[in-house]
Amino acid sequence: MKSFINRNEFIKLLKNNMSIMVGGFLTNGSPEKLIDAVLESGVTNLTIICNDGGYDNKGVGKLISSGRVSKLIASHIGTNPSVGVLMQQEKLEVELVPQGTLAERIRAAGAGLGGILTPTGINTVVAKGKQIIQIAGIEYLLEEPLKADLALIGGAIADEFGNLRYRETMRNFNPLIAMAADLSIAEVSHVVRMLDPETVITPHPLIDYILREDQ
Amino acid sequence: MDEKIIIAKRIAMELHQGDLVNLGIGIPTMVADYIDHNINVTLQCENGIIGIGPLSDITTETVNAGGNCATILPGGSFFDSAMSFAIIRGGHVDVTVLGALEVDCEGSLASWIIPGKKVPGMGGAMDLVVGAKKVIIAMTHTNKGIPKILNKCTLPLTAYKQVNMIITEMAVMEIRNDGLHLLEVNSDYTIEQVILATEAKLIINNVIPMKGIVS
Repeated sequence: MKSFINRNEFIKLLKNNMSIMVGGFLTNGSPEKLIDAVLESGVTNLTIICNDGGYDNKGVGKLISSGRVSKLIASHIGTNPSVGVLMQQEKLEVELVPQGTLAERIRAAGAGLGGILTPTGINTVVAKGKQIIQIAGIEYLLEEPLKADLALIGGAIADEFGNLRYRETMRNFNPLIAMAADLSIAEVSHVVRMLDPETVITPHPLIDYILREDQ
Repeated sequence: MDEKIIIAKRIAMELHQGDLVNLGIGIPTMVADYIDHNINVTLQCENGIIGIGPLSDITTETVNAGGNCATILPGGSFFDSAMSFAIIRGGHVDVTVLGALEVDCEGSLASWIIPGKKVPGMGGAMDLVVGAKKVIIAMTHTNKGIPKILNKCTLPLTAYKQVNMIITEMAVMEIRNDGLHLLEVNSDYTIEQVILATEAKLIINNVIPMKGIVS
């Protein structure tokens, strides 16, 4: 891990047109403070990769309803009416990805794999334009890895080394995105001196910065 | 009896001792309330939990796949989304129960998009129906009189030929190699009424009264 940073230092890392992965499932485990800082920074034309579109006033939904997002890659957008409206106005491009495929595409990027083969989506519109590969008589879709410039991690507890563990169901996509972006930043509820090594879910070299609350 | 309760009660009878089960949002969630107390069924939610318990009135860091605060039962565990869908896609879930907009007599289903009208996204449904050992559709028999059980789905598919059973307030049906079999009919309806409410051809041999329903 490099270091702890504050909100202003985090904002300096942000640029227009960035691709940003955001953890959380229907905002459970969503890094709300980091998202607020992205909002405050004024950066725009973002590509957001997240399980879902969040809610109008919570999670990545805040960035979407403020018109900062030009592309959303997600598995579910039904909880945020703004997504549908902006899609119809052609102000937002949405790529819908089956949830398990989204998880594996992100994992593949973080694990140095060239893609994954999944039976999910065969004979559906998801298969459109994708290579189908047969293994032992079964058809699989070749799904390519998905990476980003930035990963914003939530739902975590850190230790002073930068190791993370996650709280209850807040784990979801967070450990996956931590490995799949050029820069990974975690928002944590608190920092303990040292986590039991056996409970660490994301080892500290995978985390670049941890957001420190301004005193 | 409310038609949703009829469906939920009958589906609960399809669950067996030791099953790992994923319940979708809506009527499928209600199935949990009617599981026989004498058997142990473990519930999985795709956001990363095995052993999810009843909903919680207070705010918790544990949520279900609908984003509602919930509890975890003794013996339960939390995991990330890649692990969750490895469990789902890998065939470790015995039964998945989910809703649908259309199902056809070959066992294909459509549940995630009405083009030009509603695009909630597929979430985890595509992976669940491909991966689970048994797929049960929980839905009302028709959409205000318009059949939902068709010869061929008209909406974009969630998956091709993956459904095993359809349970509605009117009947219990099973998809077998030779087609859609009508197995049980709710005694509030006649076989003729079920045939009229179903577009797909029903194979009718031995029809018995719908189990668990006392009228």
